[in-house]
Amino acid sequence: MIESVLDIRNLSVSYATPRGTVQALRRINLKVPRAKVVGLVGESGCGKSTLISAVIRLMAENALVAAGEIRFLGQDMQYLSPPELRGIRGRDMSMVFQDPMTALNPVFTIGRQMVDIQYRDGVSKKAKAKRAADMLSLVGIPDAVSRLDNYPHHFSGGMCQRITIAMALLVQPKLLIADEPTTALDATLEVQIIRLLKELQADFQCAILFISHHLNVIAELCDFVGVMYAGELVEKGSVRDIFQRPAHPYTRALLECDPSVIEERTRFLPTIPGEIPSLIDLPEGCIFHDRCPKAEQVCTKTRPPEVSITEHHTALCHCLEV
Amino acid sequence: MLFYLLKRIGLAVVIVVVAVILLYSMIHIVPGDPASVILGPRATPEMKQELHELMGLDRPFVVQVASFLGKVARGNLGMDFFSQRPVAQIVFKQLDETLVLVLASIGWAILLGIPLGCYSAVFRNTFSDKLVGIFSIGVIAVPSFVVALYSLLFFAVTLKWLPAIGAGEPGQYMDQLRHLILPAFAIGLGWVGYIARLVRASMLEVLNENHIRRARAFGLPEHMIVFQYALKLAILPTVTLLGTGIGRLISSALVSTVLFVLSTTISDSINAMLDPRVRERL
Repeated sequence: MIESVLDIRNLSVSYATPRGTVQALRRINLKVPRAKVVGLVGESGCGKSTLISAVIRLMAENALVAAGEIRFLGQDMQYLSPPELRGIRGRDMSMVFQDPMTALNPVFTIGRQMVDIQYRDGVSKKAKAKRAADMLSLVGIPDAVSRLDNYPHHFSGGMCQRITIAMALLVQPKLLIADEPTTALDATLEVQIIRLLKELQADFQCAILFISHHLNVIAELCDFVGVMYAGELVEKGSVRDIFQRPAHPYTRALLECDPSVIEERTRFLPTIPGEIPSLIDLPEGCIFHDRCPKAEQVCTKTRPPEVSITEHHTALCHCLEV
Repeated sequence: MLFYLLKRIGLAVVIVVVAVILLYSMIHIVPGDPASVILGPRATPEMKQELHELMGLDRPFVVQVASFLGKVARGNLGMDFFSQRPVAQIVFKQLDETLVLVLASIGWAILLGIPLGCYSAVFRNTFSDKLVGIFSIGVIAVPSFVVALYSLLFFAVTLKWLPAIGAGEPGQYMDQLRHLILPAFAIGLGWVGYIARLVRASMLEVLNENHIRRARAFGLPEHMIVFQYALKLAILPTVTLLGTGIGRLISSALVSTVLFVLSTTISDSINAMLDPRVRERL
């Protein structure tokens, strides 16, 4: 396989809650190859955000990595000390957050915040500010030099997201994690931001782990896709595999629910019948069996193995039709 | 900012005028006559009449208020009848000492309270956080006169380290400072508790905000996150509390609407300096 920046092996994360242990992620295997874009798609609550908090090691206080490894550039993130982690964050790995309006500190200027993230570099403040302004122009902020003196509330949501993208790329990371960066924006802006990310990724050659619940965005931007359901990575493969030859029944059902593929006029949008199982009381067998149209006896009894369909395309299912 | 200050000062003037009108009407509304209070029960009606004329109480209400405000505008607050000294002199002599005392009390309370609050928030729910919590609630609960009494007994009477009474020889700063320590300690101690609790609470809130998470995701050093990125926001409620608190402390010694308005103006201005969003709304 291609050399990977991030290699997640058999990762399980749980949350301790008063009602019991929530097994938020179970046995996740995922690789992010160098300079490629990997998308993670899934419904709300499927564990996408838990996964990235585990990767960047900024987890909730009640979260616990129960098993597995998170190898970033060869080292397991779990065994790094806080200073070592700080050395990685904002240098080799950076992040773009979901809500751009709250992701910037409201009482410091954009310039100050962009200079501060370069605190490791031994160049003058002026040079740092210049780099910040250059980056702002690159992400499409006009009149960048004078806008360094502005505060976050002087910018619109789309502008703020451009700024956070500029910040994330300013440090020239090997891996950029984008946690639903377009969810808080309207559709037009979403397209602009995705195009921007795509262009910049090509220029900077950084790997991106991109989280979204928007299938079209994933299809547009990513090289590889992982489909998550209720804390498991049920299928992964290249964009073509997932969108043209989906193997897992959940992936198929999810693609059928995408309003943009519906051709006939309908009063009801398609949905997947049933509900997501409780992550405290996990059902036996396959996590998807009670909603799966193809479920058989074996699906209710044993957890499906990870079946390889092609070199990069795998799915967790007993009854794959390939 | 300048416009805002002018606006607030203008408002302060209005408040003072209204307060003066209310005070003057109280003289006329409440039963009893200032002259009989001053002269005592054995005063004759002629004596009262004479005093009324002297104090201008026989003139129409509007004239009384207007003439008083006119004098105030020229810096004349009138004479205190009992001591026969100008009121302004009495107030400002006291005010100097009160202001220094209040500022010293609040000053050391800020210097100790803010770091304590930050410490508690960073090490939340640990044993030392709980100790700070117990200390804070304890000093809030103990009235300052109790602190004053016991610290006087201990430091001034038993150990004889510090003077027990007086404000020190005017001009001799070290002496005045030595006289300041005990009262400032007694007044400020409770404030240490208030500030520590308030800073802890708002710091915890701010540390949970998205932009702090983003700052962490960029690997910023923890001291930079706590003392710069978070503290500048977490301090805002404390500044507001101190603004009203300083006003209350001064007015408890000197009933003074003017000072109260002034101190809230100052606290709002500090808030405005810290928070650009507030600054632009002014």
